[in-house]
Amino acid sequence: MLRFAVRRLLGAIAVLFAISVLVFLIFNVVPATNPAARIAGKNATPQLIKNVEKEWGFDKSLPEQYWTQMKLIFTGKATSYSLAHINIDKRILEGIPQTASLCIGAAIIWLAFGIFFGYISAIRAGGFIDRFVTVIALIGISMPVFWLASIFLYYLTYKIELFPASGYEPLSNPVEWAKHLILPWVCLAVLFAGFYSRVLRSSMLDVMNEDYVRTARAKGLSQRRVMLRHVLRNSLIPIVTLFGLDFGVLIGGGAIVTESLFQIEGVGYFVAEALNQQDFPSIMAVTIFGAFFIVLFNTIVDIAYAYLDPRIRLGTSAA
Amino acid sequence: MPPESEKQGTEAPIPTGTGALDAGLGIESDGARVVEAEAGDGRQAGGPWRIAGRRLRRNKVALFSLAIFFLIVICCLLAPVWANHVADTGPNTTHTLEKLHVNGEVREVVEPSGKAIGPQWFEAGGKFFLGADGHLGRDEMVRLLYGGRSSLFIGIVAALITTLLAVTLGLLSGYYGGLTDTFISRIMDVIWSFPVVLLGIALGIALAVGGLKLGPIHLKSSSLWIPTLIIGVVYTPYMARPLRGEILALREKEFIEAAVAQGASDRRIMFIELLPNLLSTIIVFFTLNIANNMLLEATLSYLGAGVQPPSSSWGTMISEGFDALYSQPILTIIPGTAILLTVLSVNVFGDGLRDALDPKSKVRFEARAGTAAEMDNPV
Amino acid sequence: MSATPETAPAPSGAGAGPLLAVENLRVGFATEDGRVQAVDGVNFELEPGEVLAIVGESGSGKSVTAQTIIGLTRSPNSHIEGSVRLSGDELTTKSERELQKVRGSKIAMIFQDPMTSLNPVYTVGKQIVEAIRAHDSSIGRSSAREQAVELLGAVGIPDAERRVNDYPHEFSGGMRQRAMIAMGLALEPSVLIADEPTTALDVTIQAQILHLIQDLNRSRGLATILITHDLGVVAEVADRVLVMYGGKVVEQGTLDDIFYDPQHPYTWGLLGSLTRLDQPRPHRLPQISGAPPSLLNLPKGCAFRPRCPHEFGKCKEVPGLDPRLPEDPNHRDRCWLEPEQKRKLREIEGRIGLEEPT
Repeated sequence: MLRFAVRRLLGAIAVLFAISVLVFLIFNVVPATNPAARIAGKNATPQLIKNVEKEWGFDKSLPEQYWTQMKLIFTGKATSYSLAHINIDKRILEGIPQTASLCIGAAIIWLAFGIFFGYISAIRAGGFIDRFVTVIALIGISMPVFWLASIFLYYLTYKIELFPASGYEPLSNPVEWAKHLILPWVCLAVLFAGFYSRVLRSSMLDVMNEDYVRTARAKGLSQRRVMLRHVLRNSLIPIVTLFGLDFGVLIGGGAIVTESLFQIEGVGYFVAEALNQQDFPSIMAVTIFGAFFIVLFNTIVDIAYAYLDPRIRLGTSAA
Repeated sequence: MPPESEKQGTEAPIPTGTGALDAGLGIESDGARVVEAEAGDGRQAGGPWRIAGRRLRRNKVALFSLAIFFLIVICCLLAPVWANHVADTGPNTTHTLEKLHVNGEVREVVEPSGKAIGPQWFEAGGKFFLGADGHLGRDEMVRLLYGGRSSLFIGIVAALITTLLAVTLGLLSGYYGGLTDTFISRIMDVIWSFPVVLLGIALGIALAVGGLKLGPIHLKSSSLWIPTLIIGVVYTPYMARPLRGEILALREKEFIEAAVAQGASDRRIMFIELLPNLLSTIIVFFTLNIANNMLLEATLSYLGAGVQPPSSSWGTMISEGFDALYSQPILTIIPGTAILLTVLSVNVFGDGLRDALDPKSKVRFEARAGTAAEMDNPV
Repeated sequence: MSATPETAPAPSGAGAGPLLAVENLRVGFATEDGRVQAVDGVNFELEPGEVLAIVGESGSGKSVTAQTIIGLTRSPNSHIEGSVRLSGDELTTKSERELQKVRGSKIAMIFQDPMTSLNPVYTVGKQIVEAIRAHDSSIGRSSAREQAVELLGAVGIPDAERRVNDYPHEFSGGMRQRAMIAMGLALEPSVLIADEPTTALDVTIQAQILHLIQDLNRSRGLATILITHDLGVVAEVADRVLVMYGGKVVEQGTLDDIFYDPQHPYTWGLLGSLTRLDQPRPHRLPQISGAPPSLLNLPKGCAFRPRCPHEFGKCKEVPGLDPRLPEDPNHRDRCWLEPEQKRKLREIEGRIGLEEPT
């Protein structure tokens, strides 16, 4: 198990390194304009541009540039010139509670609905309920977040003032916290709930054809027990994988649209702000930060996987 | 007597509807193989494509969705006709200070307060059918049709790019294996562990600044090709990975071994033997990819990392409309609904297509068809 | 169906009538391509301590027959007719919930592939405990576990106390099949249905499993239905044999009837394709030409007609499953040929077989 963990860790570090190189290349090699001028912001003096050029290593070779820039980002010294000279890493860290509140709440909603709908859809496959749930799920998958958010904002916060329009309340005031977050939670969860229910449905239909399900029925287990303990249990494995990836993406600043629509000043909101100013360093930092979370949750998923599927436990300890 | 037993079965907490699948299994271990062999030699059921076609034809919802999608495509293709002959304006023509004469009434396109005119439907002869888009007073309907052209172009062309890249990489990786596979798979892993939206944003913003200069290719930052290429690339691993897996499985099959044993060239095996077997997967992925692409386009454009002005798309329209959400929600809701409808029609059709093409769905379909058959002739 | 006591008396206590009686069982499935009559009129009876083998190719309906007995083929698209009685208790009309009480506790079933028939995410012990507690939740977890250990020991798994906590993938194929059998025996059923129990196993393991089944059959008086396509397996353990083809029984009789005096050309074909060490080796192992028929599109008349070299005019009519040997009313078959002709036609190079069609 230790060797397994070490190998996973090394793999994760390698992936992170590759991502940082890729991000570096995207921002430093692809754009056709002077990067220093861009980083310095719109009304920068020639002196500031010079300083930025030095600070970000644009006067050096590419590998040195890479090193300089990563050092800035990883040591928390990167400054955003376009966004009022804020410290980028500090801004990201400050955004985490908001982002986490949004993502965890949404995740609970989408897991609950996704699994519930997937389950009833699968056990009634082909029937009316299945078709109905399928249509609902497909609408959820096809719904652009901003469309749903616009409708929520216009009708539920403006026409009928049922919910506060925007902003974030710290968890110290749980009622206000939840009231402010409920619409964003739903907006963010709808897509995933629809998608997860589809994935679970098809996964369950596959598992239902497994021999061990027939064995379970032949043992005389009740339908409910067969479905819950054998079919559902074994069908959750792909859901866990997906969840790890999706949750990592969102925590890492992926809920950009939802956060900016509802003015939740988390990591995603910061991305939107930076995008508005085309502020490369901020976007670069958030992208690497996001990748970190994805890799982290991928590793967690690997461990959860080994828990869910004992065959993998054996495979890895033997390898 | 047996129908009765089935009715009793439904009293169980979870009805025997679930058993349908097990019955599928029941036949599979004995009967279905025969049924499939039958279908395979074409004596009764026709080839696999004919079967898929038949299943698809039975799925009315999917066909209806396809019709809706084509209707939307045709409407958008006819944008110039509407613009020139009905609305008499272009997508970027401003009408800020103009007045409309409707039923003897004079209406300002943009009120001094900045509020634009609402939907006129056909009252003004089709002008400002959906109203104007804010203080610039552009014709919302014309913009919607032209924006749809961008969104559909990006959705479809990016799906073609993804398919082309994914099939190439999947074939190389899955067929050659070894170092080629390791190399391609690792790159895919890296892109995979990148949030799609963030990668799209990173590329989008990097290219939005100065356009793309790649060898002889120069793309202006406002070119639609830039978001198209970006979206095409970021979704590649999501299609290449499953294709690679499928090729790895196919490689173990006897007919590939036979082809290798006969000394068929790599190219022949890849294109003549492997590709046709991947076709159904590719088609399904391609279709669903269009839907995802259109959503990603909208998100990127909304965030300013997709379609750049003066080009417009449904995403940029939402982005502009959102600024006036509380005074004119319709400006957000119209393009949003257009995206929802288009994406939904593609997704529903794609879902039906998957059911029709995926051989595994055979059992599922039987369950569905079987219910009907039992009800039609209660023996 | 009249009310049946929940705790059915032991099979022998039911007095007259066989332990298991299957009467005119027909199972049809509605598929996309039309209706498939997977089982078409199967009759048999089974007594305690008896091993009945059902032999046939894929698609002959043998597995569907077996699964239908415990109601595993019930679904909206299946259509089941006829009767299955366990100690006189009709099973086909039972509700799903009532059937659950029969499955596992009175009729146990084990399947072809032990690799896939155990749930990979639970330990073997847990799966046996689950079977025990499904029928009697008053049994505590720990005593159920003790039972599981005992059962595993009884089916010949060494170090059962430790192996009970293993996951199925930690077992070898033969051990998994033993575990399956242990699970089947957990509630001391009176009938065991073994659906191709040895097909997926190595030859040496096959024999062990067969002997295990035979031992249990003798020591516990367990009535056994053995589904197989392998006549070699049949020869080892069966008392009586049903040969199925295209959903119908084409020949039935005692083991000796089938092996030494087979009446149906299909049985000859099966016997002919058996490797036998006690006889000179033929140049090439004979086979039955052609493929099993599609159940969607069965040939008119005798289903075996298209593959039968001895086909003649009468074969366009469906032959009944009748006793055709005056001296043996229990040996029945579905072939129009006269017994005398059959004796002549089945001799190929000094042994029983089906000649190549010309």
